Amino acid sequence: MTTIEEFDHHTPIPGTTLFDGKMAMKGYALNKMCYSFNAANARDAYVADPAAYYAKFNLNEEQIAACEAKNVLALIAAGGNIYYLAKFAGIFKLSVQDVGAQQTGVTTEEFKEKLLRAGD
Amino acid sequence: MAKLLGGITTSHIPAVGNAIANNLQQDPYWKPFFDAYPPVHEWLARVKPDVVINIYNDHGLGFFLDKMPTFAIGAAHEYAGEDEGWGLPTLPAFPGDPKLSWHIIEGMVEDEFDITSCQELAVDHGFTVPMQLFWPGLTNNPAMPRAIPISANTVQHPIPTLKRALDFGKSLRKAILSFPDDVKVVVLGTGGLSHQLDGERAGFINKDFDKMCMEKIVHEPEELTKISRHELVRQAGAQGTEFLMWMMMRGALGDNVKLLNQNYHIPISNTGAGTMLLECVD
Repeated sequence: MTTIEEFDHHTPIPGTTLFDGKMAMKGYALNKMCYSFNAANARDAYVADPAAYYAKFNLNEEQIAACEAKNVLALIAAGGNIYYLAKFAGIFKLSVQDVGAQQTGVTTEEFKEKLLRAGD
Repeated sequence: MAKLLGGITTSHIPAVGNAIANNLQQDPYWKPFFDAYPPVHEWLARVKPDVVINIYNDHGLGFFLDKMPTFAIGAAHEYAGEDEGWGLPTLPAFPGDPKLSWHIIEGMVEDEFDITSCQELAVDHGFTVPMQLFWPGLTNNPAMPRAIPISANTVQHPIPTLKRALDFGKSLRKAILSFPDDVKVVVLGTGGLSHQLDGERAGFINKDFDKMCMEKIVHEPEELTKISRHELVRQAGAQGTEFLMWMMMRGALGDNVKLLNQNYHIPISNTGAGTMLLECVD
């Protein structure tokens, strides 16, 4: 069986995970669960019983732990794609600034200030 | 025969949809962004397009990783806006133009540009936010043209090259101009400019690169095809790859265009927001 490392086609960019075939295979179950959250009844079902919902989509232990911790960097490492993860974050009313702040280790207000300074 | 009027680029940030829903256009944070749109409204009121080709990238509503088309073209009578999961209001369906859709699909495949045709396609904020920006009121606005969505993959690498995106637009142009009906067409390139939502580099914005892209795309779009996809991610951020939509639009406009209006503002949400209005000269 081939290992997933054999599908690595890219040189690294600091602080950036290229979501390619390698990550798409790794994160398929997690992203499929997050894609289901487009539907309100799916979001309700997840909130009512997260463990059952993880089992339904066959998430692995790393993906479940990252979901339970609502840890975005861990979700990305587990194969999550940010566009689908945004639907997971939406369940908890997290904005893209909240998500950016969490990943960069600052408060949401500090993150917003950094964005404003990018225009200087 | 069909006529190409011009192209408009805009960012399609979801927060813009919320700002419109809450009437925040004059709010100090939002005003420098929304001030870019009245000149575009005036131009649209003057040229009166019958059809809008809306080039955007789906973000996980119309397509999933099970089957991910690199280039998809809508071929339906209408396109539904649906719940995206995080609170944008769901909009009424957008009327399509299947006759022109199938003409474009026939023409582009004949031109050896292989695409995915879609008889059902839920359109997300990448499509709906620009429609709201350019035709406020949407289906209540009698000037809103029939719409044809075209989505390119920027969710999963490998994404198209900048050259392929520009060539897509050129092939799209040929197909539109060979349509026998007298319809006036405007093309949107939506998304970008620089932004990155994920990873330790979240919040990355690159004003110099954005400004360079906005300058070159007017008269030297071929120069931009020298940028590799990897370099585009490095310079524009992981989601700045949406600039491919601008290249697709630009290819459809032909060699000679006139820049009528442009605006650039940082930040809207996490993004450098660019707006450009380009009129076809011939």
